[in-house]
Amino acid sequence: MLRWIAGLALAAVAPAATPYPVVRPGITLRFPQDHGAHPAFRTEWWYVTGWLRTARGDDLGFQVTFFRTRPQTDPRNPSRFAPTQVLFAHAALSDAKTGRLFHGERVARAGFGLAQAREGDADVAIRDWRMRRLPDGRWATQVNADGFALTLALSPTQPPLPQGQGGYSRKGPRPEEASYYYSIPHLRVSGRVTRAGTTEPVTGEAWLDREWSSDYLAPEAQGWDWTGLNFDDGSALMAFRIRRKGGGTLWAGGALRRADGTRSVFAPGDVSFRPLAIWRSPATGATYPVAQQLSVRLADGIHRWRLQPLFAAQELDTRGSGMPVYWEGAVRTQGGRGYLELTGYAKALAM
Amino acid sequence: MAAEPDLWSGRLALGWLIGGEWRFHPGRFVLTAVAIAVGVALGFAVHLINGSALASFDGAVRGVGGGAELSVRAASPLGFDEALYPRVARAAGVRDASPVVKLDARIGSARLTLLGLDVIRAAAVTPALVGIAPERGNDAMFAEDAVFLSRAALAQTGAKIGAHVAVTANGRSVPLRVAGTLPGAGDTAVLGVIDIAAAQWRFGRLGTLDRIDLAVSDRAAAESALRGLPGATLSAAEAQNAQGDVLSRAYRVNLDMLALVALLTGGFLVYSAQSLSVARRQRAFALLRTLGMPRGGVVAAVAVEGLAIGVVGAGAGLVTGYVMAWAALRWFGGDLGAGYFGGGVVRLAFQPGAALGFFALGLAAAALGSAIPARLAARAAPAAALKNAGDVLDPRARVAWWPAAVLLVVGGAVALLPPVGGLPLFGFAGMALLLAGGVAGVPWFARVLLTPLARRSGGAVPRRLAIRHLHGAPNDAATALCGIVASTALMIAMATMITSFRGAVDDWLGQVLGADLYLRTSAGAVFDPATQARLSATPGVARAAFSRQLPLTIVPDRPPITLIARPERGAHDPLLVLIAPAVPLPTGARPVWVSEPAQRLYGWNPGDSVTLPIGGGARFTVAGVWRDYGRQTGAVLVDAHDYQRLTGDTGRDELAAMLRPGADTGAVTAAIQARLPADLRDQVEITRPATLRRFALTLFDRSFAVTYLLEAIAILVGLAGVAATISAQTMAREREFGMLRHLGLTRRQLTAMLATEGALVGLTGALAGIALGLVLAQVLIHVINPQSFNFTMSTRIPFGTLAAVAAALSGAAAATAILAGRRATARGAVQSVREDW
Repeated sequence: MLRWIAGLALAAVAPAATPYPVVRPGITLRFPQDHGAHPAFRTEWWYVTGWLRTARGDDLGFQVTFFRTRPQTDPRNPSRFAPTQVLFAHAALSDAKTGRLFHGERVARAGFGLAQAREGDADVAIRDWRMRRLPDGRWATQVNADGFALTLALSPTQPPLPQGQGGYSRKGPRPEEASYYYSIPHLRVSGRVTRAGTTEPVTGEAWLDREWSSDYLAPEAQGWDWTGLNFDDGSALMAFRIRRKGGGTLWAGGALRRADGTRSVFAPGDVSFRPLAIWRSPATGATYPVAQQLSVRLADGIHRWRLQPLFAAQELDTRGSGMPVYWEGAVRTQGGRGYLELTGYAKALAM
Repeated sequence: MAAEPDLWSGRLALGWLIGGEWRFHPGRFVLTAVAIAVGVALGFAVHLINGSALASFDGAVRGVGGGAELSVRAASPLGFDEALYPRVARAAGVRDASPVVKLDARIGSARLTLLGLDVIRAAAVTPALVGIAPERGNDAMFAEDAVFLSRAALAQTGAKIGAHVAVTANGRSVPLRVAGTLPGAGDTAVLGVIDIAAAQWRFGRLGTLDRIDLAVSDRAAAESALRGLPGATLSAAEAQNAQGDVLSRAYRVNLDMLALVALLTGGFLVYSAQSLSVARRQRAFALLRTLGMPRGGVVAAVAVEGLAIGVVGAGAGLVTGYVMAWAALRWFGGDLGAGYFGGGVVRLAFQPGAALGFFALGLAAAALGSAIPARLAARAAPAAALKNAGDVLDPRARVAWWPAAVLLVVGGAVALLPPVGGLPLFGFAGMALLLAGGVAGVPWFARVLLTPLARRSGGAVPRRLAIRHLHGAPNDAATALCGIVASTALMIAMATMITSFRGAVDDWLGQVLGADLYLRTSAGAVFDPATQARLSATPGVARAAFSRQLPLTIVPDRPPITLIARPERGAHDPLLVLIAPAVPLPTGARPVWVSEPAQRLYGWNPGDSVTLPIGGGARFTVAGVWRDYGRQTGAVLVDAHDYQRLTGDTGRDELAAMLRPGADTGAVTAAIQARLPADLRDQVEITRPATLRRFALTLFDRSFAVTYLLEAIAILVGLAGVAATISAQTMAREREFGMLRHLGLTRRQLTAMLATEGALVGLTGALAGIALGLVLAQVLIHVINPQSFNFTMSTRIPFGTLAAVAAALSGAAAATAILAGRRATARGAVQSVREDW
C-alpha cells in the first residue's frame, strides 16, 4: 500500500533541483550537536544494532532505528500538517532459540508533539517510540511493538568513531554521493525485553550508527552490504560495499579502530565481500548472502572474517510503512559479534 | 364422508371445467393476471429501487468514511480546532488517529466530497482512502497539487489521470492534477483526496479539522475517553449509515405502502372477476355436483384458477418490476426524484428475499380473491342453484351494517396509536382497517342510497328497470363496487393529503419569502464583513439581512439539523412565523427558535434549555417554534450576534434584501452584482422570490411524482376492474335482455337502462369512495405525515379532483355497460331467450 513513501523518501531527484545541502568533505563533527537532527538534509538515521543476553543465557539480536526524511514541500505552506519532516522507526528482535524475527514499525509526519526529531542533541520520537541521549551521556530507547517491547539504556565505553575522512563518508564515484557518518561501537546495554507478555532483564553490547546525507546512493547503485562488528578485545570494525546494478561493486569503504584507539580507514579497493551461504526468503522471494566472508587489506596484509548469521530468516519487510525490504541480522565472527545489513536484494534501492 | 366420491375421481370434470373457462374467456384470465402483475411489479420495483438507493447511499457513506469504525466528527462544517488531534491521538484505547479535512467541492459542475488526509495516518486507519498512482509518480502523495479521484468522481467529472482540473471548495478554486485513483473507495462514493496540509492551506482551512478517524485497541476505553469533545461528536460507522436510513425511511415505507395499495386493488379485481365467474357457472357447478362431484371440487376448481392467476400474474409482475426498477434508476435516479440521496450513482441490486415476498403477496392476493367466491359457490345447494343462477340475496332482507361500523371504529382507534420506531405503522394498519370497513359497508351503503330511489314510482322505464335491478340484486353490485370503492378511496385520500401539503407549503413559502431579492453563495463561498457592508449600502436596498446556514450534528446517528444565524434580536422579523407562541425569556438567556420538525424530533419545547455544539457547546433557551416545510431533519434559528460571538465566524452565505419602495429590481440586481468581489461573482446566485417559490414547488411536485404515478396506476387497475365486472355482469344477463325485448323494450331503451345502471354503480362507488377517502386522508394528514416527516398541516379538499373522479367513474362504468350491452343485445331476441346453457 505504501510503496510511495519509499519512493518519496528515496526518490531520485535531479541534483540540480535539490534544495538540500550537499555533503562535502572537510567538516569536523561536533557533539552533542551532531547527535541531534540535521533537518535540512534529505535523509538521516539513528541506527542501533546489538546482541542481548537474557538471565537464562539466551542470545537475542535487536535493532532499533529511527529515520528522518525531508520531503520536497512548498515552504510557504503555513499548515501545521505540512510534511516538512517525516519520521520512520523500525524495531526488530531476533530470537535464536525460536529462529523467529519480531519486528514493528512507526511512521509519522513530524508535528503536534506526536513525532519529532530534536536538534542540538539526540531525541527522536514517534508517539511512544523514542530514542534519546540522556544528560549523563547514556543513550536510551523505548519501543512498544506488536508482540515485543524493548526498554534499553546504552552506555558508551568508547568515544564516537568518525567514519571516512573525519566523518565524510563517500558512497559513490561522485564526491556529493556521500554522507556524514559516525559510529559508537561497544555500547554497554542493560534493560528489559518483553516477549509475549513476559518481561525479563537483559544485558549486552550494541553499535550505534549515525548518518545524514542528501544524496546517498548513485543512480547506478543497486543496494549495499554493511557490517559493524564489536570484537571481544575492544576493537571495532565497520565495512560496506555499494553494489552496482547488474553486479559488481560500485564503491566500498570502512574502518577498523583497535582497542588502543588507532584507526585504519579502508579505501574502496581494500574491502571485499564473498557470499558463503544463500538464503531465499519465502515471503518476498528475495535471495540474500546471509553468510559472507569479509576480506580487508590492512597494513599487515589481508585479514578475513567469516560472518555467520544467528539464523537465516532475519528479513524485514517494512513496505507497510513505506520503507524497503531488507535483511538485517545478528552475525557472529571470529572473536566478535555484530550485525550484517543487506539491502537492494528484493528491488533496487534509490536514495 | 366415505359415501361421497373423493376429489380425485372428479379431476376429469374439474379439468374440463377450468380448461373450458380458460378457452372461452381468456380475456378475463389475462386481465386478472395483469391486475396482479401490476401490483407485484409496482411493489417489487419500488422496493428494488429503494433497496438499491440505500445500498448505494451506504456505499457512498462507507466510501467517504474509509472504513474507520470510530470517528470524531465536527458538529458543523465550521470544523474543530486541530489542537484536538494530538489529544485524540493520545487518548486511552486509541491505537492510531487519522486527521481529516472534509470539504464539499466541485469540479466543473460535478459535486464531490474532497478529503484532505495525512496519507501516512490514513494508510494505518483508513487504507481505503489512500490513492494509487498509475505509474511511478509516487511522490504525488505529498505533492500539494495532486488529487486522487474515486471511480465515480472520475466518471462524473470526465477527468483523466494526469489531467489538470480546477477544484472549487470553501469559495476558492485551486488548480490540481489528477494524480491517480482511489480503488478502495468503492463504486458509489464521489470522492477526491488531497494532502491534508494542501487542503488546509489552499482551501482556507488552516488550524481546522473536520474529522479524526480512529483505529482503536480498546473501543470502550476510547469511547469514554473521547466523550464531550468541544464542537465534535464521537460517531461510529454504523451511525453514519443509519443517517441515510433515518432520513429516507419514512419516504421509502410510504412508497412501499402505495405499491401495496396497487396490489390490494388487484386482489379486489380478482375477487370481483372470480365472483362473477362463479355466479355464471353456478348451474354448471350444481350439475356436476348432482352428478357426483364432491363439494370440495367446486372450491378446488376456483382455487386452482385463482392460484394459476396468481402464479402467472406474480411471475410476470416480478419480471416487469425488475425492468421498471432498472429503467427508473436509469432515468430518474435512486430516490425517484425526491432528493434524499444526493447525486450518487445507484446500481440495481437484485433482492431474492424481496422477490419471493412479493411473489407470495401476489399469490396471496389472487388466492384470497378467489377463496371467498369459491366458498360461496360451494355453499349453494345444488338443486336450488340448478334452477336459479341469480342473486342469492333476498332484497327484502336487511343488510347488516355493524361489521363495517366495527371495522371503521377499530381502524380509527388504531390509527391514533403512536409511531413504532419512527414509522407510522399503526397509521397504516388503521388505514387498512378503515378501508376494509369501508368496503364491507358498501352493500349497506348501496341499499341505503337506492331504497328511496326504488320506492319512487314513475319516470322512464329504463331508469326504473335499472334501479330495480340494482336494488334487487345488491350482491352483484357490491362485487363490482368493492374495487371501485377501494381504489377511489385511496386515490382521494392521497389527493387530499397532497393538496393539503402543497397548499400549506405554498402558503408558507409566501410567508417566508417576504424579501424582494435573495443572494446565495455556492461551494462554500461566503460574504465577508467588507462585502456585507458594501452590499448593504447598495442604492435601492432598504434592509439587507445576511444569514449563515450550516448543517449541525446533534446526535451522531441522525442526519444533521440546519443551523440558521440571522439578525433576530431586537428587530421583529416579519419572516419568522411562530406556530407556538413565544415565551418570555429569562434575562440573559440566549434565544433559539426551533422549527416544527426539530421540535418533534428532539422534543425542544418553548422555554426548554438546549445545548448546541457551536462555540464548544453553548446553552440556548427555546424562544418559539416556527413552521418549516423545507428541512425535514429540523432547523434552528439563532441570532447572528450570538452566533458570531460563539464561533467567531463572520462569513455569511445568504442575503435577503428588502428594496426601497419604487426601486427597480433589475437595476438593484445589477448594482449588487457590480458590488460583488470579482472572485465571488460566479459563485453567487441572485434570485427573486417568485423564482424561489416556483423552484420549491417544482421540487415538491418532483418528490411526489412517483406518488402521483403509483396512484394513477392504482386508479387504472380499479377502473379496469369496474369495466371487467360490469361487462361480465352484462354479458351474463343476455337472456334477461331477450326477455325484456319480448316484453316490448327497444334496444335503445335497453341501452339506456344499462347506461343508467352503470352510471349508478359508478356514482355509488364514487360517493362511497370519496367519503371513505376523506376519512383516510385525515389519517394521512394527521397521523402518517407528522409521524413520517414531522410536518403538520390543515386539510384542504381538492373539490375539482373529487368531482372529476365521480364523473370519470360513473362515466366509465356507464360507457362499459353500454359497450357490453351492445354485444349482449346484438343477437335476436328470440335466439337470446332460446339460448340454453
